Amino acid sequence: MEFGFTTAAYVVAAVLFIQSLGGLSGQESAKRAVWYGIAGMALAVAATLYGPGAGNWLISLAMIAAGGAIGWVVAQRVQMTEMPQLVAAMHSLVGLAAVFIGFNTHIEMTSVAAMTAEARAALTGFAGVIAHKSGVEISILRVETFLGVFIGAVTFTGSVIAFGKLAGKVDGKAKKLPGGHMLNAGAALVSVVLLVVYLQTGSTAALLVMTLAAFFIGYHLIMGIGGADMPVVVSMLNSYSGWAAAAIGFSLSNDLLIVVGALVGSSGAILSYIMCKAMNRSFISVILGGFGGTTGPAMEIAGEQIAIDTEGVAAALNDADSIIIIPGYGMAVAQAQQSVSELVRKLRAKGKNVRFAIHPVAGRLPGHMNVLLAEAKVPYDIVLEMDEINEDFPTTDVAIVIGSNDIVNPAAQEDPNSPIAGMPVLECWKAKQVFVSKRGQGTGYSGIENPLFYKENTRMFYGDAKKSIDALLPMID
Amino acid sequence: MKIGAPREVFEGEARVAMTPDSAVQLQKLGHTCAIESGAGAKAGFSDAAYAAVGVEVLPDAQALFDAADVVVKVRGPEMSEAGLLRPGQTLISFFWPAQNAELLEACKARGATVVAMDMVPRISRAQKMDALSSMANIAGYRAVIEAGSNFGRFFTGQVTAAGKVPPAKVLVVGAGVAGLAAIGTATSLGAIVHAFDVRPEVSEQIESMGANFVFLEFAEAQDGAATGGYAAPSSPEFREAQLAKFRELAPEMDIVITTALIPGRPAPKLWTADMVALMKPGSVVVDLAAERGGNCDLTVPDQKIVSDNGVTVVGYTDYPSRMAAQASTLYSNNIRHMMTDLTPKKDGVIDHNMGDDVIRGATVTHAGEITFPPPPPKVAAIAAQKPKPKAVELTPVEKRAAEVAAFKAQTRSQVGMLVIGGGLILLAGLYAPSSFMSHFIVFVLSVYVGVQVIWNVSHSLHTPLMAVTNAISSIIILGALMQIGSGNWLVVVLAALAVFMAGINIFGGFMVTRRMLAMFQKS
Repeated sequence: MEFGFTTAAYVVAAVLFIQSLGGLSGQESAKRAVWYGIAGMALAVAATLYGPGAGNWLISLAMIAAGGAIGWVVAQRVQMTEMPQLVAAMHSLVGLAAVFIGFNTHIEMTSVAAMTAEARAALTGFAGVIAHKSGVEISILRVETFLGVFIGAVTFTGSVIAFGKLAGKVDGKAKKLPGGHMLNAGAALVSVVLLVVYLQTGSTAALLVMTLAAFFIGYHLIMGIGGADMPVVVSMLNSYSGWAAAAIGFSLSNDLLIVVGALVGSSGAILSYIMCKAMNRSFISVILGGFGGTTGPAMEIAGEQIAIDTEGVAAALNDADSIIIIPGYGMAVAQAQQSVSELVRKLRAKGKNVRFAIHPVAGRLPGHMNVLLAEAKVPYDIVLEMDEINEDFPTTDVAIVIGSNDIVNPAAQEDPNSPIAGMPVLECWKAKQVFVSKRGQGTGYSGIENPLFYKENTRMFYGDAKKSIDALLPMID
Repeated sequence: MKIGAPREVFEGEARVAMTPDSAVQLQKLGHTCAIESGAGAKAGFSDAAYAAVGVEVLPDAQALFDAADVVVKVRGPEMSEAGLLRPGQTLISFFWPAQNAELLEACKARGATVVAMDMVPRISRAQKMDALSSMANIAGYRAVIEAGSNFGRFFTGQVTAAGKVPPAKVLVVGAGVAGLAAIGTATSLGAIVHAFDVRPEVSEQIESMGANFVFLEFAEAQDGAATGGYAAPSSPEFREAQLAKFRELAPEMDIVITTALIPGRPAPKLWTADMVALMKPGSVVVDLAAERGGNCDLTVPDQKIVSDNGVTVVGYTDYPSRMAAQASTLYSNNIRHMMTDLTPKKDGVIDHNMGDDVIRGATVTHAGEITFPPPPPKVAAIAAQKPKPKAVELTPVEKRAAEVAAFKAQTRSQVGMLVIGGGLILLAGLYAPSSFMSHFIVFVLSVYVGVQVIWNVSHSLHTPLMAVTNAISSIIILGALMQIGSGNWLVVVLAALAVFMAGINIFGGFMVTRRMLAMFQKS
């Protein structure tokens, strides 16, 4: 009866989780959807605690409470600009948990294998489940455990490195050890060999060595990917954490784990795909790190960067009827979203048509800019996607680029030799006037010169984005 | 050579083909000039003014025709004048050779060379002698002035202490030179101007002059470049669509100026009697095409009439002549440019070079032969419109075929994927035990559901999506909870740690998602 009840609870929880993801199709329904997710999780945990196999309630509840408290505090305190780091850090926890659970399965397996037939029959709980498996089933269980640990381990170190890069604790530049991808390939090969060994013998050493190899792969893989590709990396790690959960679900014969793991895994995979598409790059080239080689010399850029002062920008904004703002990672770094929001509020109060254009890979996380602007109380109906707004630039008086670079680079369309050729970009240079708020004359993350800055209708508004816009505010009247 | 301008004999013609200014320029080319006494009087140029710059003033036409080697005129010659021409003499004037075959024959019979100013080809090099354009420019300007003098209100809108004056609404039909000039004049007077033309490529010119282009939704569009910048006759369907548009506009318009002409044809009837009836009393129609029958049904050439509902229809044919001083200045300059081309060495000797496109085109009789019509000019008049990079318009049949093909390709790829995927699963089923397969089915279906659901997630919610998937991926806590009851202390410790981490994730993930979503607000 208990088993049947747990299964029923799992079915309900699975439906709730699916609802929770499906609700994210709209801003309003999303607010409700999150409660579905919470309810699903609560139900699943309660049913498991109540169901077969669980024990040590006290420890379980204490651990959940302790972890929950930490999670709660972190969630309350985190700045919206730090969201990418937080997401990466949370992925690493899932990865590590998967590794631990995989090891547990292995330990149980070894101990069960060492028992006599009578002792096995007497086993209850998880060990009991293992005890009743046939030879083939044990082999499959080993593969599943091995996979779960492998994916979990890659996710763990990968996420830790991604966290470090996003938080600025690790240098954001793409770095590889000598040997490059051969090291990764070698480590992967070692893992495959160890899988065969583990299948045959069930040796603990094989599992441990493989875990180390997987740790290395995760570390080295993400170290080799530059900061601009972080949206893809984070989505990819999101996907991995899902697959790890699914693999663990197989090894524990737990359908809910499989369902949720598959949901999360496919979600992350789709996000990675969308991000890659937005950069016009193949997933493989992102993972292998760095931009593809250029096919010829970059187009010569004529002209010079012309600076403008605050008064000039203010005058242009006062005259403009339609304004489009293009935020990028620079806005997040300068924490300028509140100032931008205030600027927008003032301009809108004067009856001007102010909108935001968001490139899919703006920022370091899919949808990063939307969250920052939402935090600054910018209404979401004036925040538009690239495809929705790109046609409107020719009829726009002023386009303001705040801390974005590659996503507004006309070279993507004009220079077939550019490393970002063919990447969809926001065509802000078609506006009558473009202001670029930028700290200095440096290039973007991809290290590519941006011809936008040299265009005739472009003026460079140098300085820290937050300070520049704060200086601008009193002059808007 | 002696260049002489006789007095215009046509009734009411006030222009003259030579002004004192142009005479000075002609003399610089090595020519001597003569004028019939009183030729410039109506245009405001006295005989004394001519004499002052060294122009010989001759008493009558006979004397002038006898003395001059080149006779310059505005209007084409009357038969009586043609009779005065002598062999080897050159006549330069408007001629309309297509309509005046008899006159052409007479001139040929006299052995004179005739250069028709209306036959100057429309190429860039010949613009300086394009008398049609310079006259049309004047006509367009004058049309607005005529309209204004017959219109009882201001052109411009005003708000005065005595009340509000709405601006006049002007419709210009045909945006050739005259039409554009009319647009410019009317806008500068403050009217709201709409303009229509069958050639869509002129919309830019219309808008550049400050008028609104009346856009006609019609598939068939004319390329004016093919006909030397002139309009060509339009199909009956197009005409109907056009008339319907005019009927729609007629009640609003205060002033209508029609300038539509098709070369070598009577003027098209565009402003029908019923449109005039639709107009408000006091409105004005100025028909610049009156000489060729008029664009308006009610037009009476050379007269101003008032319709039954009080609409004035102006059908004058002599707008340039009504501004004789201006028209004479421009026309005589056109003549002077023509003479410059005819006197390449500036030595007073005319070299009638029939190899030159412009001279060849304008010459209608030469050396006792009729040389009209001319061969097509070697240089294309106007750059042909660039073929628009339009997407090839597919016929419904082709569209259907493309859809079917796309559908088939999709079917093929889907069926292929299903067969391969299904085959692999079946293969796995052959070897794997049923306990594994039951989980596997759940897995595959979940991936499928996940893909379907996630595609619908809005782009702006990708960060919350990641946070929430993060939170629910800590469902892995279930695994740890199942293992924590084990007898092995190591298992318990590891499981407890896993529970702890997953706990952070669950609460952190959901809370942060909630925080983010709460921030999304509609304006």
